[in-house]
Amino acid sequence: MSAQVETIGSAQRRKLLGIWETAPGLYGWLASVDHKTIGIRYLCTAFFFLVIGGTEALVMRVQLAQPELKVLSPDAYNQLFSMHGTTMMFLYALPMLSGFSNYLWPLMLGSRDMAFPRLNALSYWVFLFAGIFLYVSFPLGQAPNGGWFAYVPNTSLEYDPGINMDVFALGLIFLGISTVVGSANFIVTLLRCRAPGMSVNRLPILVWGTLTASAANLLAVPAVSLACAMLWLDRRYGTHFFEMSGGGRPLLWQHLFWIFGHPWVYALVLPAMGIVSDALPVFCRRPLVGYTLVAISTVATMILGFGVWVHHMFATGLPVMSLAFFSAASFVIAVPSAVGVFAWIATIWTGKPHFTTPFLFFAGFIMLFVIGGVSGFMTASVAFDWQLTDTYFIVAHLHYVLLGINVFPVIGGIHFWFPKMSGRMLDERLGKWTFWTMFVGFNAAFFPMHVTGLMGMPRRVYTYPSDMGVGWLNLLSSVGAFVFAVGVLLFLINVAKSLRAGEPAGNNPWDAPTLEWATTSPPPVYNFATIPQVASRYPLWEGRLKESDERSIIGDAAPDGMVLDRGKETIGVTPLDAEPNVVLKMPGDSILPFLLSIGMTLLFFGMLGQMIWLMVLGAVCEIVILALWLTPKPHAAEERVEVYE
Amino acid sequence: MRRRAALLPVLALAGCSGTPLSYLDATSSVGGAIANLGLGLTAISVGVCVVIGVLLAVAICRRRPEGDLEIAPVNDRGAIRWIGVGVAISTVFLLGSAVWTLLTVNSIGEPAQAKALSIDVIGQEWWWAVKYHSSDPAREFTTANQLVIPVGVPVQINLTSTDVIHSFWVPKLGGKMDMIPSRTNVTWLEADKVGDFRGQCSEFCGLQHANMAFTVRVLSQADFDSWWDRQLQSATGSPDDPRLRTFMARCAACHTIRGTPAGGILGPDLSHFGDRETIASGLMPNTPQNLAKWINNTQTIKPGVKMPELGMLASEIDGVTSYLEDLK
Repeated sequence: MSAQVETIGSAQRRKLLGIWETAPGLYGWLASVDHKTIGIRYLCTAFFFLVIGGTEALVMRVQLAQPELKVLSPDAYNQLFSMHGTTMMFLYALPMLSGFSNYLWPLMLGSRDMAFPRLNALSYWVFLFAGIFLYVSFPLGQAPNGGWFAYVPNTSLEYDPGINMDVFALGLIFLGISTVVGSANFIVTLLRCRAPGMSVNRLPILVWGTLTASAANLLAVPAVSLACAMLWLDRRYGTHFFEMSGGGRPLLWQHLFWIFGHPWVYALVLPAMGIVSDALPVFCRRPLVGYTLVAISTVATMILGFGVWVHHMFATGLPVMSLAFFSAASFVIAVPSAVGVFAWIATIWTGKPHFTTPFLFFAGFIMLFVIGGVSGFMTASVAFDWQLTDTYFIVAHLHYVLLGINVFPVIGGIHFWFPKMSGRMLDERLGKWTFWTMFVGFNAAFFPMHVTGLMGMPRRVYTYPSDMGVGWLNLLSSVGAFVFAVGVLLFLINVAKSLRAGEPAGNNPWDAPTLEWATTSPPPVYNFATIPQVASRYPLWEGRLKESDERSIIGDAAPDGMVLDRGKETIGVTPLDAEPNVVLKMPGDSILPFLLSIGMTLLFFGMLGQMIWLMVLGAVCEIVILALWLTPKPHAAEERVEVYE
Repeated sequence: MRRRAALLPVLALAGCSGTPLSYLDATSSVGGAIANLGLGLTAISVGVCVVIGVLLAVAICRRRPEGDLEIAPVNDRGAIRWIGVGVAISTVFLLGSAVWTLLTVNSIGEPAQAKALSIDVIGQEWWWAVKYHSSDPAREFTTANQLVIPVGVPVQINLTSTDVIHSFWVPKLGGKMDMIPSRTNVTWLEADKVGDFRGQCSEFCGLQHANMAFTVRVLSQADFDSWWDRQLQSATGSPDDPRLRTFMARCAACHTIRGTPAGGILGPDLSHFGDRETIASGLMPNTPQNLAKWINNTQTIKPGVKMPELGMLASEIDGVTSYLEDLK
């Protein structure tokens, strides 16, 4: 990259900066639609919720450290475990991955922004306010207390008369809006906002993962939003969707919840697996082995993921014939996962491993993935699951899956992309300490839970009798949880330290192959001064991989590259082959997404308090703001739309 | 047993006899079949972890030329073939396990011989009502928090709930089955040996889910028959017994004792209470001291339980306690 010809003058850069830069001050802060700003906000907010959810877990681990402790009342424990699950599943795991994808997609794809920048801002603000909404009753001791799975009738008004589960039901509907608009944005971005030449067979696996997860979210999230709306109507308006006295059925909730819930779990891991598939090879100094297989298995996992939800309901007394189908499907879904594992191992095997902190996180992830995978394989067996389900074995399994396959790649991914985001390196020594502390703490906390579960300890219990013989295992888990927390603390210290005094990173500190490393660290607000033209899957390695004679044209080296500086513009391409066919006019800063989410918040608080006036106020705000949002700009007719032949 | 010996010591520990809810050393045909499947799957799982762990370790630690981190052209045809081999082997194990699972499900679906009797178990927050059926209506009766069954014969269990979803689970005798209001799930138990086995609610059901346990007492057929006969006997003693009068005044609104005017149905049926192993649904051993402590401290011992703290005088408690413990 050093021998570039400077064809883009500083005057043009200034012009681009003038076009793309966010306005200063509070207005700009609230109105920014820059995908990088939004991505970092997503990452920080999600991490904040991780810390909150983790703290809740630590308090629970104190209560469970020994049998028959009385640190927490049963009610407090139920609220904590419900909020821990809800926080980690909804406010940490997916938003964290959305943060990565928001930040990285346009950079990886060689674009200047997401397809719908204002929608992107909206999805962040709605996530933030929905998160606050879900926590609003926590200080009052009225937080959701029926578990993140919220089974009726335990969560019906009769058995849970407070506002606890109203907060849950409305909060999830609220948050679902964020997830759905975010997912739609990712899908359209993928279809349209790529650099010329970035055909589907050249997409980074993270893009495949997020794309797949987004498509799944569009299909799955409506199920839980609907179920939550039905629950709320049952609770507050006397409908009988689940209410037995009126002919409703409790099992309907479980079907609706898990039709959403199981695909959701895959949505929480596929993008994280994508992080590993993209970043691990960089530290093996070679491309991923079996790119096509991994991309296909990503999609296959998700498709199969829609056919396994009943394995959460093996003990509900459904006909054995249907259980057999779902049990078999749950075994089969392990096949595409095996493809991933063998591809990663083959990449390390045939590569030249470079033992950096991200490498440690990714290699550790492979082992945790396998352990979480085989315990999932055990629970897939309907007969054995009749014993395993609702014991601590499941707690062990799901934490190996969600921490192993989400948190470890995420922390590894932050170590990997932090230099791009901040322009500074994280401290390597502290990073290695972070990894080993987290890895040891994690396994000490969660491996014993397999045994605790096999010894019959049920889940979701605030205490357990001493004669069960699981006291020492629980103590070990509690100690491990605190060690893990120390690891997270070390990571935060590293981030704080490196932001101020980290080594400057340069454009491409890891010598990585993908487009985001071609621009400066941190990238300019317009990402690329000229739109890159992509000729291979690994644009920054293609000279050394010598897979073909074609070369990508990136950055300032593009003599006839598209600058697109007649307003906020990026290039639109055909969905499969990425042939450029339109110049897209992008919207500028806008306060409307923020205001729309405020209106939505009013509406949801109105529904929570059943205050008609507040609901009406919120709804009116929404309509007015949406009208403003959708009003065509006066000069729309004069917009220049070029169609390339 | 041979297979278990080959597994990690950790598993032996999980199956050791000091753990009342462990299901890897189940003592019934159903529990045994599931435990065998479970041990098999565990063995496969441990094997997979070891193999992958070794592959990963070798992949990382393989000797390579020092300091060579250059990107060079690659040819992955061989590596991809190995992925194919790995996935093929995995698929064989997965399909084999699926078949084994379905065979097991099939083998435990129905007992080999006809079910000897039918018992309703009805979950409620946070205890268990147990109703014994008989072809002779005069021999039917209700008890609570204790399931007594004869050894060596299959027993049909009809499960439902009057409030929220609970789950019926006796780990040593078999798997779980949910108790769902508005429907009845049918399962069956068969114990191979005499003894007491612990049961536990395994679906989150609110504040006292943790303390919703029960006992399954397995008796020889003769002992079982005489136990049943004893259950049918009404409480003896005079209606003027001052201890019963206290019970009538303080407890009878919620509790039944057959043969007395006490007929409350909100709480567990206390007929033959002295015969039971535990009080408060498996929370404490049934001793006069524990019962005395329980009556006035329900909300401390089992917060949220429906039974209020009655604030009874010491003399009243003594009377009620001795009366209940005498109901053998």
